[in-house]
Amino acid sequence: MKELKLMKGNEAVAEAAIRAGADAYFGYPITPQSEVLEYLMMEKPHERTGMVVLQAESEVAAINMVYGGAACGRKVITSSSSPGISLKQEGLTYIAGAELPCLVVNVVRGGPGLGTIQPAQSDYFQAVKGGGHGDYHLLVLAPQSVQEMSDFVGLGFDLAFRYRNPVMILTDGAIGQMMEKVWLDEQKPRMTEFPSWATTGKSADRERNIITSLELDSAKQEKFNLKLQAKYRKMEEEEVRYEKIGCEDADYLLVAYGTSARICQKSVQIARSKGIKVGLLRPITLFPFPKKPLFELAGRVRGMLAVEMSAGQMVEDVRLAVNGKVIVEHYGRMGGIIPSPDEIVDALEKLIKKGE
Amino acid sequence: MTEEIIIAGFGGQGVLSMGKILAYSGIMQDQEVSWMPSYGPEMRGGTANVTVILSDERISSPIINKFDTAIILNQQSMDKFEDSVKPGGIMVYDGNGITRHPERKDISIYRVDAAEEAVNMESARIFNMIVLGGYLKVKPVVKLENIIKGLKESLPERHHALIPLNEKAVKRGMEIVRMVQEV
Repeated sequence: MKELKLMKGNEAVAEAAIRAGADAYFGYPITPQSEVLEYLMMEKPHERTGMVVLQAESEVAAINMVYGGAACGRKVITSSSSPGISLKQEGLTYIAGAELPCLVVNVVRGGPGLGTIQPAQSDYFQAVKGGGHGDYHLLVLAPQSVQEMSDFVGLGFDLAFRYRNPVMILTDGAIGQMMEKVWLDEQKPRMTEFPSWATTGKSADRERNIITSLELDSAKQEKFNLKLQAKYRKMEEEEVRYEKIGCEDADYLLVAYGTSARICQKSVQIARSKGIKVGLLRPITLFPFPKKPLFELAGRVRGMLAVEMSAGQMVEDVRLAVNGKVIVEHYGRMGGIIPSPDEIVDALEKLIKKGE
Repeated sequence: MTEEIIIAGFGGQGVLSMGKILAYSGIMQDQEVSWMPSYGPEMRGGTANVTVILSDERISSPIINKFDTAIILNQQSMDKFEDSVKPGGIMVYDGNGITRHPERKDISIYRVDAAEEAVNMESARIFNMIVLGGYLKVKPVVKLENIIKGLKESLPERHHALIPLNEKAVKRGMEIVRMVQEV
C-alpha cells in the first residue's frame, strides 16, 4: 500500500531510492541537498533492504563509486548540488561513454563558482547539453513537486536501465527544502538478476564483459558514436514528457519547468483573472525536450515567455523548437532570487504590449 | 478554501516548527499543504520565516509574495512583511520587542503577547504554540483535535509527554489574543 507522508523534496528522493530497491547511494554533503545523505544515514537502509549508503571523501570519488556499482549492473544513485555536480562531470561522461545506467540528482543552487546556496535553474545547459566532454546526453527529468521528486526516482532508474544511460533529476533548492504531501511507493525488492552486460564475474560458458569508454580505432569509435546518437533519437521519439495547463484557448504561452513552473501556475491564474488568455507548457523531460508540442502551439499563440531562474538557457531550446514561428522572450531572476507570480505577469504584459 | 500564511521571526522561536505543525494538521483534515522555509546560513537569533499554504485544491505555487495571514514575531519581520498582507487580510503579532507597531488600515490586526505568557506559564518552548492558538482563535483554519493529531505525527514518541502542555498553550493563546483593529 502507498503511504502518505509530509516530507522535504530531498527526503523524498532518499526514501524513494530505498523503496525503488536501489543497491547503493554514494554522495558527499553540500547545501541545499544534504538532507538526502542525512536521511539515508538516519534511516539505515542497510537494515531495511541491504542498500549501501556511503559518504565518499569527495564528489569525484562518489561518482566513480557510482561508475563501479553501475558496471556491476546495480541500481546506484548519487546526489549533489551545482558545484558538486561540476566535479562529477568527468565521471558522468565516462559513464555515458561506457553505456551504464545510474541516477544523479542535482539540487541546483545559484552560480557560477560557489555562488549562493539559494535555488536557481542555471545548470540547464550543463544538464541537457552534455556537461562533460564528448557527444553524449543525459536523460533529464525536472520534477515540480515533492511527489515528483519521489516518483521520478523509480522512473529514473527504469529509464536508465532501459537505455543504459545516466539519468539526471534536475531540481533546485526550493523543491529540495520544501515540504509537501507525498504518496510513497511500495517497497520494491532489490534486483537478484543482473543485465547480461554487467561485470558480475565471468562464468566458463560466456565471453567476458568489458566495461570501458575507450576505443582507439576511429572507425569503431564513430560506429559507437552513431549508436549513441540513435539511442538519443529513440529517447526523443519515445520519452518526451510534458504537461499542458490552460493551453486550449491560450493567446500566449508560458514555458517553465520545476519551481518556475509552479510559480507560473499561479501567474496563469492571476493573468486569467485579468482577462489574459495564457497557458503553461511544462517540460517534464528537459532532454528529450518537448519540441513538437511547442511547435504546434507556436502556430496558435501570439507569443511565448520562457520563465527560468537563470539568465536564459531553456529559452534557446524553446526558440529552436518553434523555429521563428512566433516571438519567444525570456524572463528570469538569478543569484538565488525566486521570481514572484506577479512579476511574471508583469513580464507577460510587457510581451503582449510589444506584440501590439 | 485556500489559506496562504507567512510566519516570520527569529531563529529559535519555533517559526519553522509552528509551520510544520500547521501543515501536519492540514494533512489530518485531508487538505493539500505546502511548507516552504527560508533556508540558508540561519541560526538561533537570526531571522527565519516559512510560507505555509493549506488548501482544498491543488496548490499552484508554494512560493508567493502576498499572504492572507502574516504571523509576525519580531520587528525585522514586521518591516519586511507588513506590506505583503493582502488587503482585507490578517496580521497576528507578538508585541514583545516591537517598537513600530503595524500601520496598515486595510487589514485586520490582532495581538497575542505570547512571549510574556510563555514566561507566566514557565516554559519558553511553548511560545510558538501560544501564538498558534492566537491565530487559530482569529481564523480557525484547522481544528484543535487535528493540531493534536498533527503533533503526534510530527513529534518523536519520546516527546509525546509534552503534548498536553502544548495543547494547554494553544488554548491559552486562544484566550489572550486581542483585536487591535478589524476591517
